[in-house]
Amino acid sequence: MTPKIFFIYFAISMTFMSVMVITRRNPVHSVLWMIGLFFHIAAVYLFLNAEFLAAVQIILYAGAIMVLFLFVIMMLNLKEEVVAPRFIGEWPIGVALGIAIITMIIYSVFTIQPGPVGEHTIEAIQKTTHAKAIGSLLYTKYIFPFEIASLVLLVAVVGAIVLAKKR
Amino acid sequence: MLNYVLIPLLPLAAFAVNILFSNAIGRRAHLIALPAVAGSFLLSVYALIGVQAGTIINQDIYSWIVSGSFKASIGFLIDQLTVVMLIVVTSISLLVHIYSVGYMHDDDGYARFFSYLSLFTFSMLMLVMSNNLLQLYFGWEAVGLCSYLLIGFWYEKKSAADAGKKAFIVNRFGDFGFALGILLIFVSLGSVHYADIFSGVGALQGRTINIAGFNFDLITLIALLLFCGAVGKSAQMPLHVWLPDAMEGPTPVSALIHAATMVTAGVFMIARFNPVFTLSDTAMAVVAIVGASTSLFAATIALVQNDIKRIIAYSTVSQLGYMVLACGVGAFGAGVFHLFTHAYFKALLFLGAGSVMHAMAGNVDIQKMGGLKKYMPATYWTFLLASLSIAGVPGFAGFFSKDEILWLAYNNGALGKVLWASGTLVAALTAFYSFRIIFLAFHGKFRGTAEEEHHLHESPKVITIPLILLAVGAVSAGWIGIPAAFGGANHFAEFLAPVVGHSAVTASHTEEMMVVALSIAAALGGIGMAYLFYSVKPCAPLILAGMFRKVYRLLWNKYYIDEIYDAILVRPSKWAASYLLVRVTDGRIIEGIVNGVPSMIKAFGDRLRKLQSGNLQHYAFGMVAGLFVILTVIFIAVSR
Amino acid sequence: MVPLSWYICLSAVIFGIGGIGFLVRRNVLIMLMSVELMLNSVNISLIAFSHYLQDLKGQVLVFFVITVAAAEAAIGLAILVALARNKSVLHTDEITEMKG
Repeated sequence: MTPKIFFIYFAISMTFMSVMVITRRNPVHSVLWMIGLFFHIAAVYLFLNAEFLAAVQIILYAGAIMVLFLFVIMMLNLKEEVVAPRFIGEWPIGVALGIAIITMIIYSVFTIQPGPVGEHTIEAIQKTTHAKAIGSLLYTKYIFPFEIASLVLLVAVVGAIVLAKKR
Repeated sequence: MLNYVLIPLLPLAAFAVNILFSNAIGRRAHLIALPAVAGSFLLSVYALIGVQAGTIINQDIYSWIVSGSFKASIGFLIDQLTVVMLIVVTSISLLVHIYSVGYMHDDDGYARFFSYLSLFTFSMLMLVMSNNLLQLYFGWEAVGLCSYLLIGFWYEKKSAADAGKKAFIVNRFGDFGFALGILLIFVSLGSVHYADIFSGVGALQGRTINIAGFNFDLITLIALLLFCGAVGKSAQMPLHVWLPDAMEGPTPVSALIHAATMVTAGVFMIARFNPVFTLSDTAMAVVAIVGASTSLFAATIALVQNDIKRIIAYSTVSQLGYMVLACGVGAFGAGVFHLFTHAYFKALLFLGAGSVMHAMAGNVDIQKMGGLKKYMPATYWTFLLASLSIAGVPGFAGFFSKDEILWLAYNNGALGKVLWASGTLVAALTAFYSFRIIFLAFHGKFRGTAEEEHHLHESPKVITIPLILLAVGAVSAGWIGIPAAFGGANHFAEFLAPVVGHSAVTASHTEEMMVVALSIAAALGGIGMAYLFYSVKPCAPLILAGMFRKVYRLLWNKYYIDEIYDAILVRPSKWAASYLLVRVTDGRIIEGIVNGVPSMIKAFGDRLRKLQSGNLQHYAFGMVAGLFVILTVIFIAVSR
Repeated sequence: MVPLSWYICLSAVIFGIGGIGFLVRRNVLIMLMSVELMLNSVNISLIAFSHYLQDLKGQVLVFFVITVAAAEAAIGLAILVALARNKSVLHTDEITEMKG
């Protein structure tokens, strides 16, 4: 029962924070709500026995990406943002579409048939530690996708420099 | 097998390299084209040795088209007839390539010229090596294309571009019949492979086909349709008009394509299809009569022309008539023999004419020449040998092949006697006009301007060496077919006999001697007349022309054939094109469609473009709505 | 024990909110954040599946999603900076050069 209570708390606060993220007038506030949301997501990961990813979530998302957003916000002049309208004129269409998608997914969730269970039981992961388990998978079976991910990052680095460079 | 495949592939490779990298290659094009053709020639000699040892190859190497019961493949048939053609094509092509190095030296389209020559060589080899009709037809059209490209090689010149078009269009008439013939063969025999056709054609004897209420004998119809193709390609009456105009192309092209190889494709095809032709007496008679009348008709025109290349062109038409005549009387071997010898002496005549033009700075009027013997001895002597050969002077190549044809024609019943008489007359005319060139151009005094005289010079070695090599062929090519009456063994006819069979000979050796004596007399008579007219009494031709003014005008205007075609074919189609097509079809119907469709699309698009607001999120609406639809469809599909 | 479907529902809700944010906000910066939101919601469902199916492949995939999200944020912000510098606008409804 306790996990369920905790989950309900997390669900409600995460939904609330998401709504705050997309409705704040000032982008800095959005970013701050987003950081709070990421901590909650990391906590949900801990619930799901994914300690390593929880750490990555906090360090990478809350620590790096959000700080990047903050930097960009500081670089830009956002004075008029506070008075400009927040939403496009056709916002009801967007909300309706989003709610339709949510409804459709939730409606279909109850028809999910879980597939066969894999070999990484909770006990097996705890025996080796989560970081080692995911690492051994990443560096053996998924070594090529892993390398390609590094290429994606390289391209992103080059692209970001080229795009944002002063001419 | 590879060595046979390489024979056509080497020139194809040279073509590809030269056409793709023509800018980079430039003046070095011959370094690629020459070795390729030389390689083909050596491989052809190897193939000849193989065939002489008894290896006949008939093999498909690639399945080209398979559609229901129709099956066409790329395949090679290497037999006696093929190797003769291989030797002719590759050897002449090689010599012409060498000659072109000198002749085309200053031309801007040097690489283009060599690439076309290589493409032609490839196409011609595909034509002769084919083992089925479709591949033959491919080669047939491809050589036609090369002929068009090379006649119009100097396309800035309107006459050259027109001549190219004329050659192409006139050939369409013949090729249309040829294509119908191929279709008819496929419809009635179910195959386009030579082997199937020749084994199955006998069963068609006596069958008729009903077209528009008339019954035609099937084999006769097939043979005549195939012959249509030969009439176009080998410039027989009434489709001969393109060949003299084809002389607008560079002279090496005239020698290679319009004298030695491509125009003989028709004769080759008739010889190849001798099992079909021999089954129809009507078709054979038509072939023989068309051949004989073409040869007589072209020879008379050649008598009065002044353009050195045109005379030789009409002479080619006339000699092709000889070959077709030979096929028509069943002497396929003799026809191919004449094809073989003719290739050498006619190529030599053209290349010699080219050498003369080279010295005369492009002038082709023999009335403006004279005394060239002194300035260009190598050209003169080789030209003389070729003329002796074409005139049929004993001992030279043309003598043996021509006499073989006349003799076999003589043996072919009553019709044959008439054909023989006409052929002998043509022999005399041939000797006359050939030596008319010799006496007018090479003897006497120079009649051009002093400036031109100053320019006269012998051509460089790269031009004279092919001439000398060809002269060897023009003299000796006939020696492999010396008939039995002269104590020879007629190796050539024996060699070809497995493919084209023996010709029936009914008359005796005494009669053969009489036939030969008559044709020798005709040849010497023709030469003597030419000597009398153009060397001893130069005023005689003028007097004769004055006496027979009408005949002279008729011959000078080539029997007005071009004008007749212009009146009955060209002008009506021009009218139809300008009125019916341009005004009615193009102006009303096509432009109506062409302008109507866009204006409809524009009206539609004007409404549709409102959707493109340019706002990113409006497009995102579309994506999300699409995602929703896909999710719904998947959900419904899965939950069912 | 929390059922799997709860996690998926949570993920769907955050995904939908992210999508709505992307669709209705004028500010490009917030739109980018919405995209991050959507990516994170997918991560939640991936890890939930991975946990319940006892298979680490899902978590490996989360790793790659985070990589792509980082790259996307870098490029997106670079475009945003270039946009702000060249056009001095940050609102999507003012950038309509593609208008037909």
